[in-house]
Amino acid sequence: MIPRPLLSVRGLTKRYGQRVGCLDIGFDLWPGEVLGVVGESGSGKTTLLHCLSGRLEPNSGSVSFSQRDGSVVDLLQVPEAARRRLARTDWALVHQNPRDGLRMGVSAGGNVGERLMGVGARHYGQIRGQALDWLEQVEIPQDRVDDLPVEFSGGMQQRLQIARCLVTRPRLVFMDEPTGGLDASVQARLLDLLRSLVADLHLSAIVVTHDLAVARLLAHRLLVMKDGEVVESGLTDQVLDDPQHPYSQLLVSSVLQP
Amino acid sequence: MSAYNFAYLDEQTKRMIRRSILKAVAIPGYQVPFGSREMPLSYGWGTGGVQVTAGVIGPDDVLKVIDQGADDTTNAVSIRRFFARMTGVKTTTRTEDATLIQTRHRIPETPLRAGQIVVFQVPIPEPLRWLEPREAETRKMHALEEYGVMHVRLYEDITQHGRVATAYDYPVRVNGRYIMRPSPIPKFDNPKLDRSPALLLFGAGREKRIYAVPPWTPVKSLDFEDHPFTIEKWDQPCGVCGSRDSFLDEVIVDDKGGRLLVCSDTDYCERRREDQR
Repeated sequence: MIPRPLLSVRGLTKRYGQRVGCLDIGFDLWPGEVLGVVGESGSGKTTLLHCLSGRLEPNSGSVSFSQRDGSVVDLLQVPEAARRRLARTDWALVHQNPRDGLRMGVSAGGNVGERLMGVGARHYGQIRGQALDWLEQVEIPQDRVDDLPVEFSGGMQQRLQIARCLVTRPRLVFMDEPTGGLDASVQARLLDLLRSLVADLHLSAIVVTHDLAVARLLAHRLLVMKDGEVVESGLTDQVLDDPQHPYSQLLVSSVLQP
Repeated sequence: MSAYNFAYLDEQTKRMIRRSILKAVAIPGYQVPFGSREMPLSYGWGTGGVQVTAGVIGPDDVLKVIDQGADDTTNAVSIRRFFARMTGVKTTTRTEDATLIQTRHRIPETPLRAGQIVVFQVPIPEPLRWLEPREAETRKMHALEEYGVMHVRLYEDITQHGRVATAYDYPVRVNGRYIMRPSPIPKFDNPKLDRSPALLLFGAGREKRIYAVPPWTPVKSLDFEDHPFTIEKWDQPCGVCGSRDSFLDEVIVDDKGGRLLVCSDTDYCERRREDQR
């Protein structure tokens, strides 16, 4: 059997009035692959991510997603109900700021359990058991399960958000600057965790970041974006070690060496 | 009172309210927007309930108004007198004699019968508001039956208190479809909503919503499989009539901390005492 890409994007364009959010984006994402999207602020990275995850309506293009049963749907054509169901079961979105992705007034266990309850879990004991399980997987002590996220450190909040996203076993994870706002050592630990989770669960992921170190550690392939367009794409090492486009060269050479 | 139309509101407004009620009855548990009017009482005192009552009341109706189960509190007396003056209908305190019952926070203990209409006063009609502040989003969640978040609230209750601590306004699922707030009735009254022979109408004046549970409609209180829905129980009977199966209020009877549990439904309690004499 010839494997099919999980996500296949063609000609995706989003305009904000006269301005361009992203222009004619096309790529394939294969099962188990991590795709990094890099570029400076305002280059259209987040617009692209939101178009793919259904939070923004693109002006044109197609996004084909192959479902668990093998059928392929165009995410821009399916009814909103089906798209939102996929968003609950097959995708997850890790926000840059954990406050956007968590319910800050709900305990850690409730946060992790929400997606389970959203897909129909109605047994308190089992929901709690799975929440405890996932807290352990993201290295949060199990006795913090009843604490509110506001009492957690920034790194713990981000890990809690990841647990909340992964509890329903999505196949595709969108990450928007997952390590933004964290200090270097916490960032390293989070990246390590993400790397092992992605490998263990055979996840596909699209990681938007401006941090090339994050991209190098997590991503298998990279898209370099500038002014809403993809200017270069290829294997991560290839793009970072031998950038071809002048903008990629600028981006790589701008990284500070400690 | 000839300066006022029958039941205070003009005929066009009553028609508008009736249209909303018809739609609400057709889609059990669905919140129908309506053009709520200024009423001669303040928001929070039952403007929604009063408008629904004004919409459905006819000259042959017999009206009963209760507030927290009592027929003789300020709110109940005022609304009853308002309709007595504006319509000239007969009023009663006896549940079985009434054709139309407006209530705040209780369902009478005396079983309802077919043909009766109960009108509930609703402060906040949206059950999803607790977790989702955006109206556009809650409407979409209702439309797509995305009700998982309702259980997050129950989960939090069990986590914090070891049981579901929500004691009033306990969310229900109507006819297996819409999640509904039953207005701030104690959860003790929730089983009375299920397959009730009477028509149940809910009016929220400030929030401009009407919803309904038609007669004999299944109404299920939300719960977890391992934490099933339960109602309040008391280890004492009513201190006045001795009832063991009515909802009891705790009242302080002296300044030495003396307490007494009595029925919140005054009509039910008094009639039981009369029967005992």
